[in-house]
Amino acid sequence: MVQGINLALHEEMQRDPKVLVMGQDVGVNEGVFRVTAGLHAKFGETRVIDTPLAESGILGTAVGMALAGLRPVAEMQFSGFSYLALGHLEGHCSRYRARTHGALSVPLVLRMPYGGGVRALEHHSESREAMFAHLPGIKVVIPSGPRNARALMTAAIQDPDTVVFMEPKHSYRAFREDVPEEPELMDIGKAHVVQEGSELTVITWGAMLRKTLEAVSEVQAKREASVEVIDLLSISPMDTKTIAKSVRKTGRCVVVQEAPRSFGTASEVIARINDTALMYLEAPVGRVASFDIVTPYFAREQNYFPGVEDIRRGMIKTLDY
Amino acid sequence: MTLSSARRIELFRRMLRLRNVELRIESLYHEDRMKTPVHLCIGQEAISVGVCAHLTNDDSVSSNHRSHGHYLAKGGGLNELIAELHCKESGCTKGRGGSMHLVDTAVGHMGSSSIVGGGVPIGTGMAMAYKMRGLARVSVVFFGDGAADEGVLYESVNFAMLKRLPVVYIYENNGYSVCTTTRERQAQELIFHQVLPNKMWTQTVDGNSLDAVNAAAATAIALARSGGGPSLIECKTYRVREHAGSGVDRTGKYRDPAEIERWETHDPVHGLRADLLARGLLDQKGLEAMEAAIEAEIDEAFRAAVKSPLPLDEDLTRYVYCED
Repeated sequence: MVQGINLALHEEMQRDPKVLVMGQDVGVNEGVFRVTAGLHAKFGETRVIDTPLAESGILGTAVGMALAGLRPVAEMQFSGFSYLALGHLEGHCSRYRARTHGALSVPLVLRMPYGGGVRALEHHSESREAMFAHLPGIKVVIPSGPRNARALMTAAIQDPDTVVFMEPKHSYRAFREDVPEEPELMDIGKAHVVQEGSELTVITWGAMLRKTLEAVSEVQAKREASVEVIDLLSISPMDTKTIAKSVRKTGRCVVVQEAPRSFGTASEVIARINDTALMYLEAPVGRVASFDIVTPYFAREQNYFPGVEDIRRGMIKTLDY
Repeated sequence: MTLSSARRIELFRRMLRLRNVELRIESLYHEDRMKTPVHLCIGQEAISVGVCAHLTNDDSVSSNHRSHGHYLAKGGGLNELIAELHCKESGCTKGRGGSMHLVDTAVGHMGSSSIVGGGVPIGTGMAMAYKMRGLARVSVVFFGDGAADEGVLYESVNFAMLKRLPVVYIYENNGYSVCTTTRERQAQELIFHQVLPNKMWTQTVDGNSLDAVNAAAATAIALARSGGGPSLIECKTYRVREHAGSGVDRTGKYRDPAEIERWETHDPVHGLRADLLARGLLDQKGLEAMEAAIEAEIDEAFRAAVKSPLPLDEDLTRYVYCED
């Protein structure tokens, strides 16, 4: 996935001289996770800008650059560090367009690694996508593999609005996947039906997709259940149509999220199922999620994030209801 | 840089216009036809006029909640301002943003952040964009002593110094953040006064003197335009009115009425008017004609604003995302 995102950055910087990358250590050092590898050497320090460690300053400056006609891609080293920059996301990115009735907008990408995977505690491992998705005017995108990461990053850079691009660091180097030679673009706001099925819908995103697919094959192997799997890809706007269509067909649904259980994206998915497919349900919509606590320190991390077994149990419970 | 007589008279006219616009807003505010909180800059006119006099429409301004002066001095439309205060469709943001979010992109007024300090990195980023795009434009950031309490000012100015950005920070120190004095909130004067001149040029001036502001702004803006990097001008002034709304609280609740009176005798508009009259650059008749023209313009702006329609209900959920 690191290479997929990196490829999109190279392609977009090549295509459009207005695109630039900024953040701490993104230049000479090529980023903590090497997502910006090769950019500094190729495009120079004018367009690959090493900034001070100043999250609020980074995003606030990026807002000004976007207003002045550039297309900044700003990096936060970990999503947990972005809270110091939230004021600009909430106060400017989310509302410049509405406030000026379309006269001005803030087309920037805020990209950041999020979620578990490096066994570091708290801010280094959190999933706060719901917090960003709650802001009107902001798009929140989460890829799940190298190919969609590249296509979605391309779309995010070309998008006329602010896109928060959250990179599941657990998937950074988890697996390989071929990507097409030619640049590829995916629509933001569209979910992907990973596999079709007729008895249960499992909705997930980010690093949870791989665990979900493992759990699904276990369940399928044991009891021949026909399971449909949806990868949300875009948290906001959310693809209600694809969700509704699937749940109306299967009548059963489980939502799997890495984030804490309450007030999250899963809750929103369930609310939309309520709005669009309630009368088709044969069981309450299940939720598999982390606990409502701060991401714990090293030793207990594995007990915190939903594992394959948790997902499998959640599926069985809903299937047997 | 000293001002020619004609230029001096013109800048006085701009200050007087700004003053009279705000006096009119203040006198009609109780009627409740203006639907926005207002933060008046009465007593601070020399700063916005003196600075913006050196800018072209390609240069930009990043403003704050006390924004009427920056907007009008930059050339923002008066009719659109007054309509905006009335939450009308003909307002500068079509009745969506109110007094604190004025925009006129045609003259480079690229918006104000109502969040104190919010406009500081934005103006810094705009300067970064000008530099990257090879444009000889200047970005001006207006901020107050409230924003000087905020950490993002430090982050922004540091970045501007590092990258030698064409940005001019105009620090309007009006002595108060709501009810608390600058002295009570800041342990020492702004730390950026202590930076080395080769990192950033700074100066402190009497913000109520057009000549002082004009001279410092001329230096700072020329420096930015010629690739000389950022600068910061502290304009010492006084918030004569309350933080928001109309009127002056002279009960001594949080500030000494004698302090207000002292500053009122050092009023930038009155002072300059007396000076122009004394030097014979303007006579009573000329002054009256100038004022009458300004009043007529303000009358018309209020008439048009009242007549303009309210924003459409059908528009309520529009412009969340791009609609093209």
